[in-house]
Amino acid sequence: MGLKTFPGGIHPHHSKKYSENASIEEMTLPKKVVIPLSQHIGAPAKPIVKVGDEVLVGQKIAEAGGFVSISMHSSISGKVSKIGKFHHPAGTMADAIEITGDGEDNWIELVDDSVEDLSIEELKKRISEAGVCGMGGAGFPTHVKLSPPAENPIDTVILNGVECEPYLTADYRIMLENAEEIIAGLKLLMSAVNASKGIIGVEANKPKAINHLKELTKNEPNIKVVGLKVKYPQGAEKQLIYAATKCKVPNKGGLPMAVGVVVQNVATAIAVYEAARYKKPLVERVITISGKIVKDPKNIKARVGTFYQDLLEYCGGTSSEIAKVISGGPMMGFAVPTLETPMTKTSSGVLLFDSKEAHKDDENTCLRCGRCVDVCPMNLVPSLIVNDVKYDDFDGALKYGALDCVKCGSCAYVCPSHIKLIQWIDIAKIKIAEKNRK
Amino acid sequence: MNKIYAVSAAPHVKQKISVSSVMWQVVMALVPALAVAVYFFGIQALMLSLYGVTAAVVTEGLIQKFRGVAVTVKDGSAVLTGLLVSFNINVAAPWWIPVVGAIFAIAIGKQVFGGLGFNVFNPALLARAFLVASWPTLMTSGWIPTNMNSLSGITNFADLSTKAQDLITSATPLGVAKTIRNIDFLGASDTSIVMNKLAEIATLKNLFWGNVGGVIGEVSVAALLIGAAFLAYKHIIEWRIPVSYISTVFVLTYIFGGVDGLFSASLLLPVFHVFAGGLMLGAFFMATDMVTSPVTKKGRIIFGIGCGLITVVIRLVGGYPEGVSYSILLMNIFVPLIDRFSIPKAFGEVKK
Ligand code: SF4
Ligand code: SF4
Repeated sequence: MGLKTFPGGIHPHHSKKYSENASIEEMTLPKKVVIPLSQHIGAPAKPIVKVGDEVLVGQKIAEAGGFVSISMHSSISGKVSKIGKFHHPAGTMADAIEITGDGEDNWIELVDDSVEDLSIEELKKRISEAGVCGMGGAGFPTHVKLSPPAENPIDTVILNGVECEPYLTADYRIMLENAEEIIAGLKLLMSAVNASKGIIGVEANKPKAINHLKELTKNEPNIKVVGLKVKYPQGAEKQLIYAATKCKVPNKGGLPMAVGVVVQNVATAIAVYEAARYKKPLVERVITISGKIVKDPKNIKARVGTFYQDLLEYCGGTSSEIAKVISGGPMMGFAVPTLETPMTKTSSGVLLFDSKEAHKDDENTCLRCGRCVDVCPMNLVPSLIVNDVKYDDFDGALKYGALDCVKCGSCAYVCPSHIKLIQWIDIAKIKIAEKNRK
Repeated sequence: MNKIYAVSAAPHVKQKISVSSVMWQVVMALVPALAVAVYFFGIQALMLSLYGVTAAVVTEGLIQKFRGVAVTVKDGSAVLTGLLVSFNINVAAPWWIPVVGAIFAIAIGKQVFGGLGFNVFNPALLARAFLVASWPTLMTSGWIPTNMNSLSGITNFADLSTKAQDLITSATPLGVAKTIRNIDFLGASDTSIVMNKLAEIATLKNLFWGNVGGVIGEVSVAALLIGAAFLAYKHIIEWRIPVSYISTVFVLTYIFGGVDGLFSASLLLPVFHVFAGGLMLGAFFMATDMVTSPVTKKGRIIFGIGCGLITVVIRLVGGYPEGVSYSILLMNIFVPLIDRFSIPKAFGEVKK
């Protein structure tokens, strides 16, 4: 079938069966949350509260640290109990604000405006005030994406509903259960950048979501729902843009705006809609808790800052011993050392693996089989990059495309020698950056 | 609650594939070819293969012990090398030929370079070259016909001169093709009759099923294709090298293959050249050897075309009837260079 897609890519087992039929459940309020100051790309936010302060749900507790940054809001009502280093979903320790709940759920005052009447300025201001960032992965501040320079007019907004990472089903569920808000959010995004076209890209293995969205947009001539071939990484920004528009985003740091496109995740569209209509800050999101050993895998609407431990308890715990905890999807997610890690605005999932699934393989020598070359969606030569890195030849690594790697992990997925390609390529990236600085 | 879990880098799921699964699958893909050889030449084909495999495994194990590195004979790569060495040997050869070949392949072809992944040349082909140089008669003559009494694949030749009949019953298909390129050998009229017989359907059928003389692994096109299809399905070999190799041979032998100048051959002659000799074995199982072929996609095509070119030059103008193994060995030398000069443009590369 002539479904749209991109060159390269792999077909990992999608493992979505655990949670794909679980309707979104709103979780009980956590007793404590930890809100990292850096949940996004750009400067960390700066705290504007101190220990002991009383806060409401939605109250700003940290101000954006610059234009490319976002502000943070409390996700429960209670007291600021600590400001300091906490575990972060990226597997590191990072600055965060801890809030101990008061058991109530007292919100700041929200509004209910008619979104059609908002000026573009007011719309962008509300998005920025609400601390919205891309909720699909990297967490790029949304208001920045919506402010392209004049020389890059935008004609298309693409909503990313691909969710190509195995296990994750949060986006799928919101496309089924909150499609109206997604479409309303898309329209707002389109008007914010004056785009004439809107596209919602969904992988073809989610026919229910595709049909539902198509049904709801059948009277919207400017909005198209596009079914995409099931292939990883179909949801990577450049690959999605290519599949949906046949435009190639220039590499070496090129941005989607260069081809007149802005991409946002479907969850972000909802956050934008709520920010515009209710002035509601981004303090909760849907997250998938899954894995073979999870007793009751779920898609949970939970507050930002909720500990993985609490999320897992809400799912009934695990049936056997946990060996690995993953923030996000299994292809690009981070393994974290503890369940005392808080979810953030970009947390799409938490996966729990047992020792069999967490199986570790030793690296062998490269067979030069070329499988990594065949699957790389960026058309790089991963094996030769790694080879050059091993011999400290970073110019060579650069030539084979080290800087264009999007870390999708396809190469490592197919490598028979179990070479940790992404880590080697990361070393190349760091070394090349160091050299450029000199 | 404060339990600490081991962390590791993404991706956290991986395809179920390993060096040994790759190697064993290639070995499995060669079994049909071996089975056909046993069918046409008897149990000796199997015995020679077992000698080669055993020698390769023992040599690899001993050398690895001696070098003090992990013994990896279970990964199937030594088995594969031993099998491929034996596949390049005449069924009539004595038992020690595959043994010496396999020892050479492992010791000189592989371990001297540092083991799997570091060798420059295809070890099995290097061993074959060594055997041919050391025992040329054992390696390149004394061919025996199949149990259906076919050697060159031509089975109806009663109407020919005795000299032509002698040739047909004593040479392999490529041997016949080579000999008659010297028109004076049979005279113009017999040459063209034999030429036609080489490329007629009956002969091609024999070549396809394996009812011809030759080295153990190369005789049956059908069996090799089954194995190749399996590997392609499993994404272990990729189409670029075999397809560019075989099509180059096809096109060039069509243009230059006839004995009366350019384009004088029938369209079946290139088919003969593709089916005959070691091309199928070479294109699908030797040129595609991962370690000794380019990793870039463009590089694989260049490599395949290069192999095809050299093969045809050797077959049509060189001193040997067959050129597959030398062509691959020669191209092996250029692999690093090919990789360097065929770096692909990254997705979204800005056109200048
Ligand atoms: S090299 Fe980078 S972009 Fe290419 S497959 Fe590997 S991780 Fe993905
Ligand atoms: S997939 Fe692994 S073994 Fe094969 S060429 Fe790439 S890095 Fe080497």
